[in-house]
Amino acid sequence: MSFISRGFKGRPRDKPRDARVPPGQYVVHDFPVLSAGPTPHPSLDAWTFSIEGEVDTAKRWTWAELRALPSETVTRDIHCVTKWSKLDTTWEGVSVDTLLDGVETAADYVMAFCDGGYTTNLPLEDLTGGKAWIAYAYDGKPLESQHGGPARLLVPHLYFWKSAKWVRGLRLMNEDTPGFWETYGYHMYGDPWLEQRYSGD
Amino acid sequence: MVGTALQRRLIWRTAEVVDLVDETPRVRSLVLAVPGWPGHQAGQHVDVRLTADDGYQTQRSYSIASPPSTDERLTLTIERLDDGEVSPYLAGELHAGDQVELRGPIGGYFVWAPAVGGPLLLVAGGSGLCPLMAMLRLRQAAGSTVPARLLYSSRSLDEVIYRDELNKLVAMENGLEVMLTLTRQQPPGWTGLHRRIDTDMLSAVAWPPAERPWTFICGPTPLVETAANALVNLGHEPARIKTERFGPTGG
Amino acid sequence: MAITEQELRLDGNAAAGLLRDVFVHEFTSVRGACATCGAEGEMGAQHLYMTPLSPGAVLRCATCGSMLMVVVRAGGRFRVGLQGLIWLEMQDEGAAS
Repeated sequence: MSFISRGFKGRPRDKPRDARVPPGQYVVHDFPVLSAGPTPHPSLDAWTFSIEGEVDTAKRWTWAELRALPSETVTRDIHCVTKWSKLDTTWEGVSVDTLLDGVETAADYVMAFCDGGYTTNLPLEDLTGGKAWIAYAYDGKPLESQHGGPARLLVPHLYFWKSAKWVRGLRLMNEDTPGFWETYGYHMYGDPWLEQRYSGD
Repeated sequence: MVGTALQRRLIWRTAEVVDLVDETPRVRSLVLAVPGWPGHQAGQHVDVRLTADDGYQTQRSYSIASPPSTDERLTLTIERLDDGEVSPYLAGELHAGDQVELRGPIGGYFVWAPAVGGPLLLVAGGSGLCPLMAMLRLRQAAGSTVPARLLYSSRSLDEVIYRDELNKLVAMENGLEVMLTLTRQQPPGWTGLHRRIDTDMLSAVAWPPAERPWTFICGPTPLVETAANALVNLGHEPARIKTERFGPTGG
Repeated sequence: MAITEQELRLDGNAAAGLLRDVFVHEFTSVRGACATCGAEGEMGAQHLYMTPLSPGAVLRCATCGSMLMVVVRAGGRFRVGLQGLIWLEMQDEGAAS
């Protein structure tokens, strides 16, 4: 492009300096808020987290039960498909491995579902092996609703739309089925290192 | 009724800043010359696109504050948001002679023309006055005597945008009334309204629903929702209440 | 003489003129009906969820909050989801007035 806005710098961002930043991304220091709808404010008394679908026995936790499970604190880089990356974000939550422990399934795919109707699809193997969490704290504080609280899925090795806000459960599936943004042209897998932004990438 | 108009594909145009007017300590108007500008309706907006030297781009929508004209010029009035990404640049950094990219005019919903008629009820908060000012300026320029009332919420008298011009328009006594409510700070001796817009205020200011006014409300989301809900509860036709919310665009 | 089913079926191509008349309108003043609650109104009066960093734009019914439309700018093309709308209505510019 030829046009330059004289003196315009834009939001604070760094040129990718190291191998930690995937291609096409820039580093931000704030935490942008994106949403496809109103922010839900569910009552924690009625909140549950479910594992359902192609499983022998569905499982469900109340908020108190989820919080009583062993938690992990992890520091990871996150990469949004709209080109911002944020380095060294610290989260606390329950590993998806812990939730899937003892779940018998032949399914290969998962649909994460959320308050407000949002969904996103992922391969099951991307949620296991210490790669994904149900996160309820960010930066040492309870996760704010605008960032997905009370709890969001955290899958930092994929573009951040896969880290569904306001998550309420995982539905296991035999076939890969598109979730919300995937239906409208975003990539079924979303690897930031391969720049899998849109279907066909 | 303003109909759905056929339109051509929008193209990005390069506009030149020809004048800068400080309206209030935080609000500046940019007068832009836009070669090939096809003209616009009162209430329409433009997209402004900024490009940093590394190729990073961002865009925002701004209402056009100037009335329709044929001189290939338009005015944007921009409030500087301290933590914004774009508004401190547009309303702070730009000089006369600088160029910006924009496209438009956009929007056919939040528009008014004298042929639509009235009475006209305009409700604004802060820089939400801009598209409504285009309507008042058009009303004046067209010699329209459609009865019009503006209820404008501002934090203080110093922050009232277009204050002198509004006073002049009212002084012409051609059917325009302006009511200010100053929500944070009032000058000594202020006898006017001094609280946030609410149902009581609108029931006093608005025309009776039986007169079927066209209402345009523009400003921060809470103000817009409060005013629109109050008017509906007062019996106004929802289809005649048009709103334009400022979202969390990051300025 | 009876017209056969086959004779009634044209190529979508034949709708080119009609669709060109339809899909050229300033969209915020187009009216639509929500497929969830049935509310009718101009698109410009509905609720939009979009920020400069959003993956796409989501237009929701101002009455019930359900999705009406989704627009994604996905790598050199737009994908537009319309499943939340029963119908759209716009002025017929070609009609005699």
